[in-house]
Amino acid sequence: MLGYYQTLKKTGVLGLNARNGDYILMHNQRKFYPLVDDKVLCKRCLQERGLAVPDLIGVVNSMRGASHLEEALGGNTEFVIKPAHGSGGDGIQVITDRKTEYFVDSDGKLVEYADLKHHVTNVIGGMYSLGGQPDVAMIESLVHFDPAFASLTYHGVPDIRVIVYKGYPVMAMTRLPTRRSHGKANLHQGAIGVGIDLGTGLTVGGVSGNSPVSIHPDTGEEIQGFEIPHWQQILTMASQCYEAVQLGYLGVDIVLDRDLGPLILELNARPGLNIQIANRTGLKSRLKQIENLETLHDETDERIAWSCEAFGA
Amino acid sequence: MSRSRQWIVLSLFLIIVGSLILAYKVVRLGYPPLPDMESEAWSIQARVELEPRSGPVRAFLVLPSRPTGFTVSEENFISRQFGLTLDEDTFWRQADWAVRRLNAPTTLYYRATVFRDTREKSFAPRPQYPQVPELEEPFATALNEIITEVRAESADIESFAAAVMARMTGRENDENTKLFLSTVESSLDRVRLVQTLLAGARIPTLQLHGVFLDVEQQAAAIRTLLAVHNGEDWLVFDPFTGDEGLPDNFFIWWTGDGEMSAAQGASISEAAITTRRQIKSALELATERTRLRDSTIGEISILDLPLQTQSVYEVLLLIPFGILVIVILRNFVGLSSFGTFAPVLIALAFRETELLKGILLFILIVGLGLGFRFYLERLRLLLVPRLAAVVTIVVLLMTTISIISNKMGMETGLSVSLFPMIIISLVIERMSIVWEERGAGTALKEGAGSLLMASLAYVVMGIDVLSYWVTVFPEVNFIALGIVVAMGRYTGFRVTELFRFSEINAGSG
Repeated sequence: MLGYYQTLKKTGVLGLNARNGDYILMHNQRKFYPLVDDKVLCKRCLQERGLAVPDLIGVVNSMRGASHLEEALGGNTEFVIKPAHGSGGDGIQVITDRKTEYFVDSDGKLVEYADLKHHVTNVIGGMYSLGGQPDVAMIESLVHFDPAFASLTYHGVPDIRVIVYKGYPVMAMTRLPTRRSHGKANLHQGAIGVGIDLGTGLTVGGVSGNSPVSIHPDTGEEIQGFEIPHWQQILTMASQCYEAVQLGYLGVDIVLDRDLGPLILELNARPGLNIQIANRTGLKSRLKQIENLETLHDETDERIAWSCEAFGA
Repeated sequence: MSRSRQWIVLSLFLIIVGSLILAYKVVRLGYPPLPDMESEAWSIQARVELEPRSGPVRAFLVLPSRPTGFTVSEENFISRQFGLTLDEDTFWRQADWAVRRLNAPTTLYYRATVFRDTREKSFAPRPQYPQVPELEEPFATALNEIITEVRAESADIESFAAAVMARMTGRENDENTKLFLSTVESSLDRVRLVQTLLAGARIPTLQLHGVFLDVEQQAAAIRTLLAVHNGEDWLVFDPFTGDEGLPDNFFIWWTGDGEMSAAQGASISEAAITTRRQIKSALELATERTRLRDSTIGEISILDLPLQTQSVYEVLLLIPFGILVIVILRNFVGLSSFGTFAPVLIALAFRETELLKGILLFILIVGLGLGFRFYLERLRLLLVPRLAAVVTIVVLLMTTISIISNKMGMETGLSVSLFPMIIISLVIERMSIVWEERGAGTALKEGAGSLLMASLAYVVMGIDVLSYWVTVFPEVNFIALGIVVAMGRYTGFRVTELFRFSEINAGSG
């Protein structure tokens, strides 16, 4: 067991305690958390910086607002309802179409208007927020995923997670929704995590849960060697988020829209560690390389160039 | 000092302070480190029988005042019709009984409890140098010769005194010694003789009278030792053997040339000391000792609180240890549970129900509660009223279980009322959300995790020694706090992560 511990340490894997104690507590100031934890605030902050995000359709912040949900929807037939303070993808309702009486969710299942209203009241009541605090429901426009991903996804929208440390992209993966994850891109809900080579934007192999996969279970396509479109732009956007929210250790979630290109979906002040399994390499050794830099680069382009050089295959 | 290293100092400081107070209480105040330890105490009794002669009667009894190695407590007197006054100064105490008229023979008693005490304390003050005794011839010459000879053989007061006493054992066949020994009639004469010889060299001496507390005695033999002052300390010798040192179990009753008891207007027909061994709880003795000593650290004690409050604090002071278990399980092992410290509260409930029955009751309530919760989900209730409904249902379930188990004659069911119902309701709510969002598997796994953590916390909080320690040595919580602080900066892997990241290991190795 102890030998095992040593091997893991030598591999440079970042553990939960080290992530919390050495990176989140050290580099993420609490006063900047609301910018990330409140998805509405975060969206506005990123928009001010000129970073592309999915459009905000409306915000429902009262029970009265929930009963007049129709107004907030403003006639949109495809949208996503999210708790502004949600975590881990809980409480996200994706609606892809509307048929007079019913809404259609990402699985193709029918959802009644009453169901939708109940969901919004649950969100407002704080069912999905940390500590059960009252929350607001955010309605944003649906992302139409880039058909480039069609072979690697089952419903839903695959997203790309980039870990950014002091403005340097450190590691990236893409999360592919599966039938098991109900079209959601969260690993613990059953999505597949696929590591991405920072230098080239090519996928390196997938992981489902904690075990490796090489073929998408629903589409049967080979996972490895897929080239992520707009790769440089994705890295640039992720890196610029550091200046926007000033969190030293940050997870940036980006989706590719068919028409709009890369959009920043949300930021995460406590990004998970499974990205290491997807990439089959440790975060800690990479973070250390950045800590060992004598001077940090000021320009986004320089940082990205350095990261691609240092962490590319 | 950098902030990143301060935690080490704080953690060590807390652990060391906790350990030091603990050590002080165990070593110096004699608090027993384990519960139910017994410790030896002696009850001593002095009995003075008076035979009246005429007129008013006064009786005196010297009382133990500062016996080295012991503490005297729980003193009481049986004075009959006598009036009692106590004369005392730092090194001397005496009971003074008086009565105007005494018709029949009367017995007076003094009783006390005596137990060991490790404190350094002197039985007598620093003495004056004695005058050289003026003796008649041939004793004066003999004294001078002995002193000259012994002085030649010795280096200091200690060896001088030892040499004098060795001579008096009579093994050395020397004229001068024989001359002196020929005057000795009693053992007390022998002690006085040694005192005279030492006074010849102007060495202060003091008689120590007392009893040996080794076997129970009805009429304990009063033994006399001799203390010799070397200019700094009192050295104790057995004047009959010349052995140095105060025997461990010698209890000094009084000092000096006087008798233990005396009387005016009456004769003392008998004066005797009785010793009896007593087994007392070591904790009781330590508390008594602390009280007599006015120790500040000992004063801050939960044992002084009213009993009811004491039992509350016993539970409260255990909670940090339950929480320590949770911290270790979460941050070191890597288990997760519903609610950060909910398992500790559930563990407290288990204390009343016993573990197995507690787990069964918990599963029963949470299971039934979950069933209702799934039904409520279909009614589309708003969050707060829904939570309120769950709490109400939990309370009703608990009541029903109590009533049914009472009808069936099972005691355990009654203790269900001690379960923290709000906590259980929140566990039900969280569990149903996880159930819907992440599937039954995850929900059951986390539920089982909560139960496992509660059980382990229960086991730790149930350790007898621990609950004894937190009441007698509340400072162990400093140690727990120190460990928690250190755990807060443990940034190594959790045990579960060794499995979680095993793929990376396999890939690289």
